[in-house]
Amino acid sequence: MASINDVVIKIATVNGTGSASANGLLRKAIFRMGIPVVGKNYFPSNIQGLPTWYEIRVTGAGYQSRANRLDVMVAMNAQTYTRDLADVSPGGWLIYDSTWPRSKLLDREDITVLGIPLSRMCNETFDGARARILMKNISYVGVIAALIDIDLDIVTQLIEETFADKSHLIDSNMQAIRLGFDYAMENFVCPLPKKVEALDKTKGHIVIDGNTAAGLGCMYAGATVGAWYPITPSTSLMDAFQAFCSEYRIDAETGKHTYCIIQAEDELAAIGMVLGANWNGARAFTSTSGPGISLMSEFIGFAYYAEIPAVIFNVQRTGPSTGMPTRTQQADILSCAYASHGDTKHVLLFPADPYECFGTAVAAFDLAERLQTPIMVLSDLDIGMNDWMVPEFAWDENYVPDRGKVLSAQDLEEAESFYRYLDVDGDGIPYRSLPGTHPKGSYFTRGSGHTKLGAYTEDADEYQEVVDRLLVKWETARDILPEPDIEYSKSNKAAILTIGSGHAACREALDRLKEQDVNLNYCRIKAFPIHKSAREFMEKHDVVYVVEQNRDAQLRALLILDAEADPKKLVPVLHYNGNPIYSDFIVEKALEEISKGQAA
Amino acid sequence: MTYIQKPSITHPGLPKNTLGLTARDYEGTVSTLCAGCGHDSVTAAIIQAVFELNIEPHMLAKMSGIGCSSKTPAYFVSEAHGFNSVHGRMPSVTTGANAANRALTYIGVSGDGDSLSIGVGQFVHAIRRNLNMCYVLENNGVYGLTKGQFSASADIGSKPKKGEANQQEPIDPVSTALSLGATFIARSFSGDKEQLVPLIKGALMHNGFALVDVISPCVTFNDHVGSTKSYAHTREFYHHVVDIDFVPPAEEIKAAYEDGEAMTIELHGGSKIVLRKVDKSYDPTSRASAFKYLREHFNAGEIITGLLYIDESRKEMHDLMGNIDTPLSQLPLDTLHPGADELKNILKRYT
Repeated sequence: MASINDVVIKIATVNGTGSASANGLLRKAIFRMGIPVVGKNYFPSNIQGLPTWYEIRVTGAGYQSRANRLDVMVAMNAQTYTRDLADVSPGGWLIYDSTWPRSKLLDREDITVLGIPLSRMCNETFDGARARILMKNISYVGVIAALIDIDLDIVTQLIEETFADKSHLIDSNMQAIRLGFDYAMENFVCPLPKKVEALDKTKGHIVIDGNTAAGLGCMYAGATVGAWYPITPSTSLMDAFQAFCSEYRIDAETGKHTYCIIQAEDELAAIGMVLGANWNGARAFTSTSGPGISLMSEFIGFAYYAEIPAVIFNVQRTGPSTGMPTRTQQADILSCAYASHGDTKHVLLFPADPYECFGTAVAAFDLAERLQTPIMVLSDLDIGMNDWMVPEFAWDENYVPDRGKVLSAQDLEEAESFYRYLDVDGDGIPYRSLPGTHPKGSYFTRGSGHTKLGAYTEDADEYQEVVDRLLVKWETARDILPEPDIEYSKSNKAAILTIGSGHAACREALDRLKEQDVNLNYCRIKAFPIHKSAREFMEKHDVVYVVEQNRDAQLRALLILDAEADPKKLVPVLHYNGNPIYSDFIVEKALEEISKGQAA
Repeated sequence: MTYIQKPSITHPGLPKNTLGLTARDYEGTVSTLCAGCGHDSVTAAIIQAVFELNIEPHMLAKMSGIGCSSKTPAYFVSEAHGFNSVHGRMPSVTTGANAANRALTYIGVSGDGDSLSIGVGQFVHAIRRNLNMCYVLENNGVYGLTKGQFSASADIGSKPKKGEANQQEPIDPVSTALSLGATFIARSFSGDKEQLVPLIKGALMHNGFALVDVISPCVTFNDHVGSTKSYAHTREFYHHVVDIDFVPPAEEIKAAYEDGEAMTIELHGGSKIVLRKVDKSYDPTSRASAFKYLREHFNAGEIITGLLYIDESRKEMHDLMGNIDTPLSQLPLDTLHPGADELKNILKRYT
């Protein structure tokens, strides 16, 4: 089917062969043509030698989620030919390296297989094994450019920018791109019926991954201490913070760091460091994934009870246990919401894309200090490690950080008395003092039973008074957290509700359903505890499709537990195989449920 | 002993330090440990050390984990901030606290269960980072709060009150710290305040990780005949090898020392310690010979005490990282990012 600016290209390569730069080049060239584009990685938990895929979705409409369709497969990895062939949607194309012809293996009547002898051409043109492999991967950029009509001038411009410091590489890279481009132009009918055409829809936008965005947000928020233990898929968040700090956090006078990043011995230590630093008045955070949260849980409970601010990024991956470390899921919702033993519950924030990762990072530090409690930012691999097209982030020069109720030396000097856990204002949030400020500010931080005056206790009433006051704080949190996004399309009684990265697929699904005259209302939860407007939203509907990416309908459970939603109304729509959710999945489930309802 | 209220009256003639405070001002709440517990003597030594060092109470951070030893920060320097964390995790909290504010003085109090079993990983890595702190390990070879199980520091052949003697190799904090490159390693005995106080003072003033392993007998569960961590056993088998005198900044060394016996080491803040070698063959600046000496005497059943190793040349955590001298927590947040215009430049990378 012919179409403009609606094409999905997937490139199958071997990890560790430099294909990431070729894929990035393709994605950037389309973006520079003004056409919305997103990129998703499907990669192994491995360093070199295993299959990896990059999927580029070009959508004039600007959709962000996975298409679950494949128009053009660039099969550069013979190991996965069979699978790659099967993945192509009917009517699509498969491009492969025909240096070694595979006409028997690559045979499907409903698609077009295009062979190009990339290896042979690169071997004839370039010297050295490593260069030949790298150039082969660059040469497919030329093939795609010819096939879908990417502006070659823009590709040239990007190559020149990339190798501004290594000009000798510009010619060789362009030569490789030309090899692919010219071969395709001479041997195939170019462009294909599915092609791109310049638009002006990318102005004011960037293409970025969520981990980079969050790392940048931490730098802007004024975080000075980052403590972490390496874990996929969160590592690139601290890496980004480190990179931004080494650029912008060197004291001009002394050349010394105004930040301290500690690679801890494990996640237990990482969170301990974050608590110690926040207790002492720094903005400190950690980034981790599900297994790290399991290890941090004891300290998270401590921070809840001793009321210490902390920011924890959980870039979720597929569980349980080690699970699939390089695949996505939203399966840590409950384990984060109620992390640690005893009566504990924690504030969660759910960014939906890299744009929100930046803003949510800043908000998380403000909320942690305002509420004096751990704030967990639940991102996931799809947001964190994939390339999303989002509006440029803005920084408000008038931003005033919320440091919460911290008493200064003067406040303490003038105060008649200071008790750390006394609810002076009735909002459940006591005042805190920082070590080293004033002798009158001293108190004893403990995870053992304590009175509202901060003293050790094993007295029933004194204990209960404090844990009850924490519930007052919980309700304060409910009111000040980011409110859900709610959209009413038409007055009707059915709706979709989701969180985080489910947003992109839900947005697209709502449009698809509308095309079929099915109008659903929409609610996206941005925080836990659940805001009262979400509760009202659920009350207004007869059926709410709760879209989330885990097996056990964890968001649905939270809605029932915390927002007292009627379980009968909440229909789970669950996608949890490790790949990001896509719109058709939601559309089909919704239509199926609707037809069931009509039949009943 | 909690039924006794502490009297609030202080003797007008009590000596004062340069801050005008008396030793009473460095006390805490009444101890709830058993009468005769070694830990209370260590607490008293800490109070004396901090008082004599003229440390402002609110500039001291008292850190601990879980266990009898970890309760003791409540019993000294009430005007200091205390952080009684979770079991075995005091070092990480102290690391983060120090990362945020390097201007405070950090004293961590831990025990042999807290440091050598559940928390051995954090103990080891705090040493590796050369975290600037005084780490007091109150070592009694036994779990008190859970009623008398052996800890990882129990010696082979040491007998519990009931049951079989321990057959597993003990983890010795001193030789562990030595092998890991700790920069100040001392061992003492809770019943030997004269030796302990200057060691704690040196440890507090040392610019890096300072371990003070204190044999601190548990009167309730490990003070019987057959225990190697009892008062009687410790008194019989312990030896001073290197004692120290602590000399505050700008003070002259007054004591007279015999030739070849004394060795002066200048600490980071300008104070000095004079090492007095009881055994002249011992070299507290050589890791290899210290290790050999300790092993040989350990095998002979002796408990070697004093300042066993010191290296003032190695950088502590912040200096290793090249961090600014100003405490990070005191940097104004609006100076920590490059602003709205530069954000636009940064974002150009993603177009």
